Amino acid sequence: MKRFLGFVKKEFQHIFRDYRTLFILFGIPAAQILIFGYAVSTDIKNAGVAVLDLSHDEITLKLTDKIFSSGFFKKTENLLNYEDIDKVFKKGKTKAVIVYEDDFGKKLISEGKASLSIISDGSEPNTATLITNYTTSIVNDFSVELAGPGLKNTIRISPEVKMLYNPSLKSHFMFVPGVITLILILICALMTSVTITREKEFGTMEVLLVSPLRPIQIILGKVMPYFFLSFVNVLLILLLSWLVFGLPVKGSIFLLLAECMLYILMSLTLGILISTVSKTMQQAIFISLIGLMLPTILLSGFIFPIENMPKIYDYVSSILPPRYFIVIIKNIMIKGTGFIYIWKETLILIVMTLVFIGLSVRKFKIRLE
Amino acid sequence: MNEKVIYVKNLVKKFGNFTANDNLSFEVFEGEIFGFLGANGAGKTTALRILSGLSKPTSGEVNVAGYDAYKQAEMIKRNIGYMCQKFSLYEDLTVKENIILYGGIYGMSKSLIRERLTNLLEKLHFQKDENRMISDLPLGLRQKLAFSVAVLHEPKIVFLDEPTGGVDPITRRQFWETIYETASRGITVFVTTHYMDEAEYCDRISIMNEGKIVALDTPEKLKKQYDAASVEEVFIKIARP
Repeated sequence: MKRFLGFVKKEFQHIFRDYRTLFILFGIPAAQILIFGYAVSTDIKNAGVAVLDLSHDEITLKLTDKIFSSGFFKKTENLLNYEDIDKVFKKGKTKAVIVYEDDFGKKLISEGKASLSIISDGSEPNTATLITNYTTSIVNDFSVELAGPGLKNTIRISPEVKMLYNPSLKSHFMFVPGVITLILILICALMTSVTITREKEFGTMEVLLVSPLRPIQIILGKVMPYFFLSFVNVLLILLLSWLVFGLPVKGSIFLLLAECMLYILMSLTLGILISTVSKTMQQAIFISLIGLMLPTILLSGFIFPIENMPKIYDYVSSILPPRYFIVIIKNIMIKGTGFIYIWKETLILIVMTLVFIGLSVRKFKIRLE
Repeated sequence: MNEKVIYVKNLVKKFGNFTANDNLSFEVFEGEIFGFLGANGAGKTTALRILSGLSKPTSGEVNVAGYDAYKQAEMIKRNIGYMCQKFSLYEDLTVKENIILYGGIYGMSKSLIRERLTNLLEKLHFQKDENRMISDLPLGLRQKLAFSVAVLHEPKIVFLDEPTGGVDPITRRQFWETIYETASRGITVFVTTHYMDEAEYCDRISIMNEGKIVALDTPEKLKKQYDAASVEEVFIKIARP
């Protein structure tokens, strides 16, 4: 045990003496949270919207007012006829046009039905979708407000399920859990794989292997300091996303932290596995960064929903640990669900951790033979 | 004769169909400086790994420091020191921290580490520099220090794997003085090297070729036997018959 503690102490000395390691460990996560949270924001603020009101009655005026008072949109122009729509889009500032049909208010009261179209600029598909969704949601609100008992389904636009847990449609809510998932696996895998390959490159690994330290002690000694520091990191990231983005943790904070620990441990053991297959630090860095970053961003459901992917990507994605952790963390943080809804994902992560440990110990032993 | 600290009989190590060590037999005695020579790929490293408890023999008897290489690899590890060609100290730790680390790994008590640390620094005239980073030290000094750390726990045997690779002749000479001094304390020194002039400093040398030991004796006797002026000539005659 004393041997082991001395070894762990040395690992801490390595970390605290190397400002680059500290920077990667704490600087990059903070920067990524802020960059992803702000820059990659898909929120809409003051998007240009024009109105073509062919009815021009009390109800359409009210609804238009409500739409623009939301803060998401800025009225660019009042249009007079259909021909203007094309022109106004070409000017570039307008991203969508809202069109009320003739006698909108009258029809709504007499027939209980009226139609309104939202024409958006498809050359920016993301913005277009978002504006459409935002407007739809406002219109639905309005129809509910307006609806007397006889006026149900006045305006037929179905509500989007996507907004259910993110009513103000803040994209931070979507991104922050994803970013946490991404950076934890990157940092943890990178750190452990580099620290082990570094010893290989400098030749100190030989000396450690010849020493009375057991391989398992060497592995644990490498993992423990980073486990501790990564956990501190998690606390920092959560604090940061709460302070800056107001992202709450709706579910149990203890459950969240426990799941984070599991995920950190999984990532660290993955790092060890990477180190056993790479000979140099460069190789380890390459595998950890490129090999983990792209699949995590593209295939884990971080940005693109897995349900929309071709089946083959779905299969590929199912071997990616982040896919499961994203589900876990979103469930706990945003939906506030308990363990009962995420036990499957948790179990998968546990199994993956065990597999990684098993493989690394085996690889380690083969190297000894 | 002194006590045998390494006893190897009919050692064979195979990797699949490839025989890396083919029927090696030799003995090394207490306090001896034993040179283990051979071209690259001759099987030196494989043998060294077996002797230091890192790898198990395929067949044959191997006994190091009184322990059996099949069953007591852990005990072997505790009783040997090891220094490799690549530098074995941590460059981002200080002299003192390195010594405390290795002392701790070999299970030495705090007071013992402290005592040896003081002696060591005194011997190397190095008292003022205990808090300097290894990366700030000149190469020759690092090497001496690495060697002193490898024998810090007073092992029965110390294995040196090409310890003087890439070092200038004067520093090598100084390094060998440290080796002599250590051997005189009764620690067996088992050294592999590429430098044939270094082989002359050894009490006995063995020369390996294609997995077999083809010569084993004192440098003088080998030179006589092969009618050569230096170990280098002996080596060339053996390697290219």
